[in-house]
Amino acid sequence: MKILFPFFAVIALILLAFAGIKTANMQFLFGVVIPYAALGIFTLGVIYRVVKWGTSPVPFRIPTTCGQQKSLPWIKQNKIENPSGSLGVIIRMALEVLVFRSLFRNLKTELKEGKVVYGWEKWLWMAGLAFHWSFLIILVRHFRFFMQDVPSVIKIIESLDSFLQVGVPLLYLTDIILLLAVTYLFIRRVYLPQIKYISLAADYFPLFLILGIAVTGVLMRYFFKVHIVGVKVLAMGLVSFTPSIPEGIGALFYVHLFLICVLFAYFPFSKLMHLAGVFMSPTRNLANNSREVRHINPWNYPVHVHTYEEYENDFRDKMKAAGLPVEKE
Amino acid sequence: MAAKLQKPEELLKIDYNKPGNKDWMDTPVEFREGMFCWGAKGKDLKTLELPNARDWSPKEEDWKLPENWKDTILEALADRLSKYRSFRLFMDICVRCGACADKCHFFIGGGDPKNMPVLRAELMRSVYRKYHTTGGKIFGKTAGARELTLDVLKEWWYYFFQCTECRRCSVFCPYGIDTAEITMMGREFLNLLGLNTGWISGPVANCYMKGNHLGLEPHTIKSSIEFFLDDIETVTGIKIEPTFNRKGAEILFVTPSGDLFADPGTYTAMGYLMLFHELGLDYTWSTYASEGGNFGFFTSNEMAKRLNSKIYAEAKRLGVKWILGGECGHMWRVLSQYMDTWNGPADFLEVPKSPITGTVFDNAKSTKMVHVTEFTADLIKNGKLKLDPSRNDHLKVTYHDSCNTARGMGLLEEPRYVLKNVCNHFYEMPDNTIREQTFCCGSGTGLNASENMELRMRGGLPRANAVKHVRDQHGVNMLANICAIDRATLKASMEYWVPDVSVCGTHELVGNALVMKGEKERTQDLRMEPLPGKEGKE
Repeated sequence: MKILFPFFAVIALILLAFAGIKTANMQFLFGVVIPYAALGIFTLGVIYRVVKWGTSPVPFRIPTTCGQQKSLPWIKQNKIENPSGSLGVIIRMALEVLVFRSLFRNLKTELKEGKVVYGWEKWLWMAGLAFHWSFLIILVRHFRFFMQDVPSVIKIIESLDSFLQVGVPLLYLTDIILLLAVTYLFIRRVYLPQIKYISLAADYFPLFLILGIAVTGVLMRYFFKVHIVGVKVLAMGLVSFTPSIPEGIGALFYVHLFLICVLFAYFPFSKLMHLAGVFMSPTRNLANNSREVRHINPWNYPVHVHTYEEYENDFRDKMKAAGLPVEKE
Repeated sequence: MAAKLQKPEELLKIDYNKPGNKDWMDTPVEFREGMFCWGAKGKDLKTLELPNARDWSPKEEDWKLPENWKDTILEALADRLSKYRSFRLFMDICVRCGACADKCHFFIGGGDPKNMPVLRAELMRSVYRKYHTTGGKIFGKTAGARELTLDVLKEWWYYFFQCTECRRCSVFCPYGIDTAEITMMGREFLNLLGLNTGWISGPVANCYMKGNHLGLEPHTIKSSIEFFLDDIETVTGIKIEPTFNRKGAEILFVTPSGDLFADPGTYTAMGYLMLFHELGLDYTWSTYASEGGNFGFFTSNEMAKRLNSKIYAEAKRLGVKWILGGECGHMWRVLSQYMDTWNGPADFLEVPKSPITGTVFDNAKSTKMVHVTEFTADLIKNGKLKLDPSRNDHLKVTYHDSCNTARGMGLLEEPRYVLKNVCNHFYEMPDNTIREQTFCCGSGTGLNASENMELRMRGGLPRANAVKHVRDQHGVNMLANICAIDRATLKASMEYWVPDVSVCGTHELVGNALVMKGEKERTQDLRMEPLPGKEGKE
């Protein structure tokens, strides 16, 4: 169920777009209305979620310290893994976001002949990094469709991405990497018993969706050509708010676009929000300086305590007998 | 009585890769004897004015819950979501990548899939989704959501008291999701229904009324310490006269009460007494703030604050300049990440300055509380202590980082520096088991009872296994640490897994090595065991 339901959901989405274009000629719906709606849901949804997280305060300063603290001047502090100031936090966060620092620590724990052993396990880190970076590069490459003159940055990225100089049109490395990485992440989920056990439909759905997007994109670029000039006209129309539907783009394109729209609209309601959430994680984005600077909890409230006076009242005689000083004789 | 503990070989029959064929949501919790603690006593909950005070047993079908228990929990859930960004965020952003799965000592030692941190968190997340997300409300189980039922509540209880909030998983999580934040919330909710364990609420009630977890009354604290003084005199020939509740002392010393009570913590306490005497430190013990640890922290945020308040209150009453804190793990998580926020600002105190070396502890300029290994490391660095590390030559020492001082503070080098100066044979355990990757002793967060011994031994496996490694490699026979719970619990875990390794506090070894003015020739260590080469001299 957990695998089949999201799988067939993605198949259904593909068929829906295909049928919409092929049989009902709903190009305007799939090419204009849904993209605008998806982008709207994405933007407002992400803002809503981030604001909602933001409205919950951070009552305590709880960084997970992963290195030596700042203490005596002759003990070398680990300023990145245990930052005491903003610069350290920025570097720590940058490493976390850009190269998945914490995931890099990953190990495989096994029990062998009564011994706990820790093995090398960087596959998840590598696949995660490959997936996210290739996804980002592909996304950036797509900006060429939304700009009249393609900026040189994008051209440079394109030429780097196709440096192998294979095929016509040139093969993009990131296309291959993305497909491989997503496939690995999926296989891992079904193959490793622990991971399969914890996985939800919500873990498979984005994988299938992204796989669908990647496959339709690859098919369009390398196998079943769509009317690329038309695509650019459509994209330019969308960004300039003068949408138009050029003739003969091809249904495959609309399927691709529709899956992307679903991904965008789904994004704010899903675990994909980790993209924004990672920046707000209090165990990573705070300096470990709570002994040096008082951290304020906005809802800190007075509590009922057992005062010294009450304590002395309970034990005054015993204290006096033991020669302990008391406030009241 | 608790279930009989199996032999180590039996306990080791674990397969991490057989989580069961059924969906975890369809697998009801099974309460296995030896894996959980007894329930809280009504009288303790009453002392603390906590809700639903009554005697109850987790083994019974009927937990004697108030009728509106479900509403109570759901209201609290909504409330804490709005109060803790960590909690709300960690409910939302987990991608279930599984990096945390095999990082938990309870999972490594037990193989129960619900002890994978991700799944422990899902126990809570599933309920969160049902009541706080659109997907969960509409799609229910398909979206990983489920109703809060009595079975779910019992499952929470079982597994949130099988987590020691050690935060090792959060080191490996790509988003820093900290299971401790979720377990703490889970326990806070359970406490709203009077569902604590006896081993936690008992010490909390003691600490609230008497100032320390053990319930030592003021005169007993004094006499316990006097007992140590006699032993110190036997070993060193020096008579020490510490003070209690003394106004006008420069420093208030606070340490976990466990060290006043049982071996081997008592030897650590002797180490403190000897060190402070040798320095001529102007300090006092307190019988009111006689607990560094805080089992309230394993109960609820409010309870933790209530207990912690005594430290600053007593420092203020006595008019000391700053506070020195002893060796303890969770005590220092509380002191470094919570105390000042709860009960500060301690503007009646001064920035800590060592009267011996003149070093100003700027890193503690707001909390005004210094860790004793920071204090001692500074003394050694400045050549203020005369040390004879050969007095520890009968020991081959390794060091266990406490979870909390490692991952909630970053106190890594200070204790190592001290140890390397007071003993000649020091060996590190493997990298994946120390510093920020250190393993829990298996009995933290108030799980150090006796009825849950199987749980403790299972949780203690990864640590014990690393100790065994250095024992086999280097002949290590002493496991040093800076935590009172470690001293109490690693002893049991070593006896079970690595029988020939003993456990000690860092300042016990300082006490052994410390050459004191006017001392007689030492022939015994603080345990009154003969020093090698000095046998029979007396």
